[in-house]
Amino acid sequence: MTILQGREAAQVQVVQTGPAVSVRGLTKRFGAAPNVLEDVSLDVAEGEFLCILGASGCGKSTLLSLVADLDQPTSGTVEVLGGKPSLMFQEPALFPWLTAEENVQLALRLKGVGKAERRERTQELLTLVRLKDAGKKRVHELSGGMRQRVAMARALAQDSHVLLMDEPFAALDAITRDVLHEELVRIRESQKLTVLFVTHNVREAVRLGDRVVLLSSRPGRVVKEYDVKIDQPRRIESPQVAALSVSITDDLRTEIRRHGGQS
Amino acid sequence: MTLQTDDLASLEAGLDALETSVVTGPSRGRRLWAATWPPLVFVALLVGVWQLVYEAHVVAAYRLPSPADTLGALRDQWDSGDLREAVWNSVSRGALGFAASLVIGTVLGLVVGRVKPVRRAVGPILSGLQSLPSVAWVPAAILWFGTNSATIYFVVLLGAVPSIANGMISGLDQVPPLFLRVGRVLGARGLASARHVLLPAALPGYVGGMRQGWAFSWRSLMAAELVARTPELGLGVGQLLDLSRQNADIAGVIAGVFTILVIGIAIELCLFAPLERTVLRRRGLLAATL
Repeated sequence: MTILQGREAAQVQVVQTGPAVSVRGLTKRFGAAPNVLEDVSLDVAEGEFLCILGASGCGKSTLLSLVADLDQPTSGTVEVLGGKPSLMFQEPALFPWLTAEENVQLALRLKGVGKAERRERTQELLTLVRLKDAGKKRVHELSGGMRQRVAMARALAQDSHVLLMDEPFAALDAITRDVLHEELVRIRESQKLTVLFVTHNVREAVRLGDRVVLLSSRPGRVVKEYDVKIDQPRRIESPQVAALSVSITDDLRTEIRRHGGQS
Repeated sequence: MTLQTDDLASLEAGLDALETSVVTGPSRGRRLWAATWPPLVFVALLVGVWQLVYEAHVVAAYRLPSPADTLGALRDQWDSGDLREAVWNSVSRGALGFAASLVIGTVLGLVVGRVKPVRRAVGPILSGLQSLPSVAWVPAAILWFGTNSATIYFVVLLGAVPSIANGMISGLDQVPPLFLRVGRVLGARGLASARHVLLPAALPGYVGGMRQGWAFSWRSLMAAELVARTPELGLGVGQLLDLSRQNADIAGVIAGVFTILVIGIAIELCLFAPLERTVLRRRGLLAATL
């Protein structure tokens, strides 16, 4: 495939029917380096919670950047249902010169929402993430968990069907992370969100996902998929979550072992 | 099996409360007092030593005036109206020169900071200019413009513009790339991105540059006033100082130095220090106790 064809295939297509996210034959390499992602194809159904799991170097974050249209694929296509997806990062990345509610309002403003509606919607969103009394606080006055909830409110303010999450809880302590898992499941149900969630934490993937996709590393390819047939609400400590986590971890380790010695 | 919604709400409230303990520092008045008295004591000590040296007659009185003589000279300058005129002239010149530097420095900083080829060409020269004392331009400026306001403003601009532009550039350099990515995800492009993300994120560096720019304009202005002295320029603090020198009035000279110092400190303390502190504190970049 020539470079030109790659460029032509670059743009994320917004579609009106089909799965929420559809990735076909996606390959990405940076410069002359080996492929980061290689021929990745996957669909995320509307309303589905899909977890992408993999070790370092599997191109998880690259995959999300491509779906979010922050980067261009070398080849392959991305289709997103309804419009531009929203994206959350590992860092909350709130703007420190704004208060919590101003951060949410900015997302609405950049979407062209009018002033009065902006204020109203911001209150709704902060109430949804249970921070309606913290709106006037500055970012540095909030705890890590609170910041990530404001970031979630900001992402929801974009009003997109699809929420992309790039290891959003990786930097939080275990107690806070557990609570935010609970929150995410609740919000996702109430807002009927489609979520594409990237993590290297097997239990987190099983705790949250309807389906888990395991990626290999260097290059990132789809290795295996798992349907998580455990009823929500789940707990990360439950034996069912543990059992599936053990078998996924075994597969993950097999993948990682391939990189030692031979190559 | 799992938490109910209400339980989750209360759990989360507890967690939020635990993780955001409110630290209340000392009151504003107390902090102000704590910041004020040490320098005051030190100044009093210096004046005491000065008085002692004067009384010991180590240095001839025509070379070293007493603190009281200096105060007297200051009062004479005030009573004659010279001091008021000089302060007004210098401060308004300084303010105008700084304002012009701010406009030019900001635009220059934005262009050099954001346009790569310009950055490569102009950047090193701009930071090099910072180490050139702008007084060095005074002779050239006098030959070009004559001894008038143009010379003074030229020197002030050359003193302040590089600082302000470099402050803007370093502010832009320090913007975390993640913020720009977030801006793009939120749909900010072009001007909207500059207005809502890039410029606010660059503000701390820019304010630092502004502060330095003011110090440089004030210094340059004084240097220019000392050298350029004609009736058409009127009386500035620098000219007043040079006048005292011509009259071999050492008390007047020391009084002039104090006037320059006090104005510089006052503007720094009343304007730029609070501005910078506000910007930094809002972003949590400054401990609340400072």
